[in-house]
Amino acid sequence: MTSLRLFFVGGLTSYRALFYWLSPTIYIPSLLVAPIFQILLFAYIGRSAGLQSDLFYVTGNAIQYAAIPCLFAMSQLVSGERYQNTLSAILVSPAKRLPLFVGRALPVMGNAAFVSAFSFAAGCLILGVSLPSGSIPGLAVVILVAAFSCTGLGLINAAISLRVRENAVLSNVIFGFLLIFTGANVPIPELPGWMQDISHVIPLTHAIQAARELAAGASFASVTDLLGTELAIGITYLAVGLVLLRFFEWQGRKHATLEQL
Amino acid sequence: MRVLRLLAIGWLFHFKMIMRSAFDGVGQVIYPLFFATVAFFVFRAGDSPRTLLYVSLGAAVMGMWSATSTTAGSAMQRERWQGTLEALVATPANFALILLPVTIAMATIGIYSLVATLVWGRLLFGIELHIVHPLLFALSIPATVLTFGALGFLFAVCFVRFRAAWALGNMFEYPVWLICGFLVPLTFFPDWVRPISWVLAPTWGMNAIRDSALGGSSLPDLAMCFALGTGYIALGFLVMDRMLRAARERAALSLT
Repeated sequence: MTSLRLFFVGGLTSYRALFYWLSPTIYIPSLLVAPIFQILLFAYIGRSAGLQSDLFYVTGNAIQYAAIPCLFAMSQLVSGERYQNTLSAILVSPAKRLPLFVGRALPVMGNAAFVSAFSFAAGCLILGVSLPSGSIPGLAVVILVAAFSCTGLGLINAAISLRVRENAVLSNVIFGFLLIFTGANVPIPELPGWMQDISHVIPLTHAIQAARELAAGASFASVTDLLGTELAIGITYLAVGLVLLRFFEWQGRKHATLEQL
Repeated sequence: MRVLRLLAIGWLFHFKMIMRSAFDGVGQVIYPLFFATVAFFVFRAGDSPRTLLYVSLGAAVMGMWSATSTTAGSAMQRERWQGTLEALVATPANFALILLPVTIAMATIGIYSLVATLVWGRLLFGIELHIVHPLLFALSIPATVLTFGALGFLFAVCFVRFRAAWALGNMFEYPVWLICGFLVPLTFFPDWVRPISWVLAPTWGMNAIRDSALGGSSLPDLAMCFALGTGYIALGFLVMDRMLRAARERAALSLT
């Protein structure tokens, strides 16, 4: 019961406390307008380069943009606490780390899914891309799974934020890495072999592929293997993130660097 | 002479500060490389008549704008956070002369980004840089930096009373990349977009750099850069007076 309360109530409370500054004047330009322009940028680059359709870029970028809320918000779970001088109070508590951190990740995941779905819909409307109506429930599931797996990567990012102070730079670098490797804009077969190998073990690649197949008219049953792989990748990253959190917490205690800014 | 000295010292001071910031000095150089890499892959795989050098130059200037837009939006906010805004406004020097070198210093960081992108394209994608008019190319880069700085200055001035200015600065990164012809020729856009592109100096800075490198007449583009840059600064001075007066009247200068 304590763990459940920590998971739901603690997660929501800490999200509200850490993101008190996320007003509409910040949310709208950063998380609603920017992804639309990212979609337009790459759709037009694709037209200029004569590579792929608008649908390809709408799907890829709408799902890939879930990385922004996931990466930045998850690292804020650590850096925000550090900034408010509450990190040591959190880490000194006997609370179980799994509900403590995964509960905080739940609102992040919900927000990432919303941003992704909004930019998907807006991108389709602006560029005049039509989807088979039957594909929409399946796409909603894909977006949720993508948000989950990317939150797993975000948890690793949060763990690294216990050691790396410049987590905004780190989050940007990971975002850029996903932009190239997930196939959001470059068809995976066009990447060199070693990059293709990496793309298969990172979040979002399989979700983007599943979304593209659904948008092309494939049935939901035909993409369940891709979704299963994406889910497995998400669980693996989440588990690694929790282990890293423990490790860096121990390191921080040992070197007295938890609150070093 | 005193004005020039103030501008020069302000530029040097802020340039050194930015260089020591991991986010502005390192992040802003690395971040556009990811977009450049995507562009290289997309154009290499596509069937466009545009060369990879065309793309490389466009991606390089994207980095220059990136260095300016994100940080220009938050230039005033940073002074607020550091508690130095009121002191700067209270100095006898015109505040616009204090702010202008800040955004020009940010745009100067873009030169690192430009060089990094061109080297990145050469090393990883084998894109050789053949400059048809080296002198004009050498002239186009500082001209573009100055006009980027002037546009950043106008942004910073307009956002002075906006508490979330950094978010607006971020928001303007993609639109300028998109409609200023960095990677997509203006002919691809609807007619109503083109006048917007024409009043944005990055369009002409990009043209100047590309024409001087690939062969073409970049002097008219440089003239447009000069005209627009001067216009941005003049407009910035006018807006600055109104904004500061309004902020003082409402005692809202330092509110965060």
